[in-house]
Amino acid sequence: VAVFGSGTRSLGGRGPSFGFRFFCYAVLSVVLMFYDRRGGWLDTARYGMQAAVYPLQLAVNSPSAAWRWLQESFATREALQKEVDTLRNQLRDQQLMTLRQAALESENATLRGLTTALPEVIEKRLIGEVINVEVSTLRQRLLVNRGGNSGVYKAQPVVTGDGVLGQVYRIGPFSSEIILITDSEHALPVQVLRSGVRSIALGTGRATALELPYVPQNYDVKVGDVLVTSGLDGVFPFGLPVGRITKVDRDPTQPLAQIYAAPLARVESDREVLFVWARPGHPAAPATPEALAVEAPKPAPANPKPKPAPRKPVEPAADPATTTPATDSPAAAAPATDDSATGAPAPAEPAQPTPEAPQPAPAEVPTT
Amino acid sequence: MNMSRGEPRWAVTFTVLLALILQALPLPTWLEAIRPSFICLVVIYWGIFAPHAGGIFAPWLGGLALDVFKGDVLGQNALAVALVAYIAMSLHQRLRNQTLIQQSLFVFAVLTLNEFVVWGIEGWTGHAVSSPWRWIQPMIGAMLWPFVALLVGRTHSRI
Repeated sequence: VAVFGSGTRSLGGRGPSFGFRFFCYAVLSVVLMFYDRRGGWLDTARYGMQAAVYPLQLAVNSPSAAWRWLQESFATREALQKEVDTLRNQLRDQQLMTLRQAALESENATLRGLTTALPEVIEKRLIGEVINVEVSTLRQRLLVNRGGNSGVYKAQPVVTGDGVLGQVYRIGPFSSEIILITDSEHALPVQVLRSGVRSIALGTGRATALELPYVPQNYDVKVGDVLVTSGLDGVFPFGLPVGRITKVDRDPTQPLAQIYAAPLARVESDREVLFVWARPGHPAAPATPEALAVEAPKPAPANPKPKPAPRKPVEPAADPATTTPATDSPAAAAPATDDSATGAPAPAEPAQPTPEAPQPAPAEVPTT
Repeated sequence: MNMSRGEPRWAVTFTVLLALILQALPLPTWLEAIRPSFICLVVIYWGIFAPHAGGIFAPWLGGLALDVFKGDVLGQNALAVALVAYIAMSLHQRLRNQTLIQQSLFVFAVLTLNEFVVWGIEGWTGHAVSSPWRWIQPMIGAMLWPFVALLVGRTHSRI
């Protein structure tokens, strides 16, 4: 150990010794770590540094980008024709779905006593191109070529045409890092579209699996059920498709069922992603912190923020046994407040807790 | 500034940048798991053969760039790489006279220390999930050392 100093002294006369300089840098590093963990002003510095390393990131990914470009340029006529056919079929299917949707939306509006249908919850979208994919058990991240200069913000929802992909984790001026829903540090509040059962989809670190803990044995979840975002996290709007249940393990000796789902978005292979902006004030918009906070006094009609209510009708709960946890029952009154305001008879009977009741139980909101 | 004359500043900048690129190059998962810390290898080389060219600042900055690049907590790799540089610089007179194979042993020890520091900080900041493969990386790094040293050695004229 004593040797460490000896080399430095013989080269003296050139400023402070290596040991002293190292000490300074070590202290600086620790200070940086401390403040980076705490967040705050270092985020601004980081924003600038992201811009500084962006050219390097582009350089690193240029070989694979060039390869893809070559492949696309020399694609055969048949391959292109096949792609056009697939896309045309897809378009036809989706047009059919949209036709039905317009009818459903107007029917829904009539039921709610509104004169016009609500606009779509997604107000604005922005297409980003994936620059780098990092998929390992430790991290599932994407680097995308849109950042603060395009209006992207931290914790913004990111989707693909198939479903929820993740959210913005870090931003720079020209790029942003997206944490995928399959990252082992990500948790996403979801609900089963068919039965309304709520849970949290935890990332597992594998690109094909999400885990749903804390679902009791007797809750109605089946293989093949579609999961949608519940909007309780204040990040994602309600009703974006997330995944499909792949495995339900009910061990009678355990209080909770073991449930796994596969994400609908192809997290590893998608080259284009969509940043979305939810329409503020829309019933399906993400819950605001204020709306989440008003749980303590019983949410009566005098709700300060009538974080309103009837969401797009999920299929009605078929049997009462399938409803959501008892914590939701006070919230079942909330739809009535909204409807009484518009003067229409409440279509939903308050006695039966509806699964799509919007008032959340704060216990379910994880810290993502 | 009496130190700038004859010091291979440009070579240091160039090789550190190159190491950063190698470190960030997207690789298949199995290669990714055993990719050694190229930036540490380069920094060890300059620490031994031109301790005044980059000082500790260049390694520290390279480590910081790596942090920003990989999205780690700022200062994590900066501290680890600066430590590696410091040890190499402190022992440079002894290491210079050793053969490349002997130096490999030293490189192995220092890379293990680097991994250990990063691992410790990751644990402290709450990212303690890690694969056992990371402890293979120093060995791969030590095996690559002779080649790295010969390649980096061509970027400057040694006296």
